[in-house]
Amino acid sequence: MAERERALTPPYGGVFVPRARVMDPDDVRRAIWRMAHEIIERNHGTDGLVLIGLQTGGVPIASRLSEAIDSVSGVMVPLGCLDVAFYRDDIGLRPVLPQATTEIPVDLTGKTVVLVDDVLFTGRTVRAALNALHDYGRARAIQLAVMVDRGHRELPIRPDFVGKNLPTRRDEMVDVNDAEGVVLGDVKPK
Amino acid sequence: MTQPRHLLSITDLGAEGIQDVMRLTDSFVEVSERAIPKVPALRGKTVVSLFFEDSTRTRLSFETAAKRLSADTMNFSVSTSSVKKGESLRDTVETIEAMGVDAMVVRHSGAGVPWQVAAWSRGSSVINAGDGWHEHPTQALLDCYTIRQQRQSLEGLRIAIVGDIRHSRVARSDVLAFSALGASVTLVAPPTLLPPSLAGWPAEVSHDLDEVAPKCDVVYLLRLQRERMQEALLPSLREYTATYGLTRARARLLKDDALIMHPGPVNRGVEIAAEVADRPNSVITRQVANGVAVRMAVLFLLIGSGVDLAVH
Repeated sequence: MAERERALTPPYGGVFVPRARVMDPDDVRRAIWRMAHEIIERNHGTDGLVLIGLQTGGVPIASRLSEAIDSVSGVMVPLGCLDVAFYRDDIGLRPVLPQATTEIPVDLTGKTVVLVDDVLFTGRTVRAALNALHDYGRARAIQLAVMVDRGHRELPIRPDFVGKNLPTRRDEMVDVNDAEGVVLGDVKPK
Repeated sequence: MTQPRHLLSITDLGAEGIQDVMRLTDSFVEVSERAIPKVPALRGKTVVSLFFEDSTRTRLSFETAAKRLSADTMNFSVSTSSVKKGESLRDTVETIEAMGVDAMVVRHSGAGVPWQVAAWSRGSSVINAGDGWHEHPTQALLDCYTIRQQRQSLEGLRIAIVGDIRHSRVARSDVLAFSALGASVTLVAPPTLLPPSLAGWPAEVSHDLDEVAPKCDVVYLLRLQRERMQEALLPSLREYTATYGLTRARARLLKDDALIMHPGPVNRGVEIAAEVADRPNSVITRQVANGVAVRMAVLFLLIGSGVDLAVH
């Protein structure tokens, strides 16, 4: 889930106050191009590659990455989306509902899956996603691409492809969207 | 801890709540189609089914739903329980709850029993899986979902519910749910199989299926509940079939895309001709498949999500 939405859902229910723009839309576009190249380079091409965006913030990034990979290599890799609500470890601690449905277009057995999200923070969403992907087959490898790595990991998870490493305070929030790029801000309680 | 939340009547949900359940059901339909149709969402939760009345599909449907959510399930059936030794309903419920359960799925031949169980509950959620002739909310939810799946929305649809309305908890819950979502409902039945009073039922009444059939988008046939009929309500089954059954001849009156539905179990040859039940626009088995996903949504909403149902 995009951080912004999570911060605005009850019981948090705050208001996002932007403080500084970290990347403008052009920076984001360039980062996507670079990551697309890195993904192709690391995997020696696009054979067996599947891109899966995490609902909801990772989905637009995944689709832009797939367009970039298409322009670079001329191959449209399968593109899916995944909602990890039912795999979260905070079910019962806060309200959890899927934001959108999951669509995995191919059997993942033997594939190289690139999970895509907008912001990597504690790593708990990625942990849930790894478990979820397991139910769709045994992937040959799973890699992780994120637009922003903001630190504060609570699990042994690291990204393979990063748009920007952004040192943050725990209580700050990072918002990624097409119109404004990457914005750092605070959540003020209502 | 928050108040335990229950699903006793379809009116607990209202139109908005029904829409919430249907949206969540979309996600569980996707789960059910996977190679491994199981998610860990209710790990460590226990769901017990308390069935004081016979059932195949509802009971198995709830059990499958709970298992696909990774909940533990316990089964209670009267014939093998201490109820046979004279244990009261209240003691039975309290005993089971003392073992630590999160949800109780209750079916009973007495109307209102789930409300009573909910009043005794000390923290577990109660789901009404059918009480007497009164309500069967999860059936109504899966019926709404099935129609929505085929027609996108129930708004403006004309739905005929045909047959034994009097003894049908499905009819009552369906009428409330369908009309809440904007469909107009016509009840078609002989006068003896209508409830004594239809006050408060948002539905029209007709005794002529031939007249109603060509106009409706959905024909919902009810099972003739012979086990509940103590008086002579019908001259004969053959006469019932001739006037109110969906025979092959009558099925020709339907619109080409009219959906045929039935809550099961089907008395083939009585309320519906065997051949008609197997037509492509009959969604009877789809109803059963959707039943599991809808019940996963209900269980997850009540004991997993931590989200308040739109209860008014």
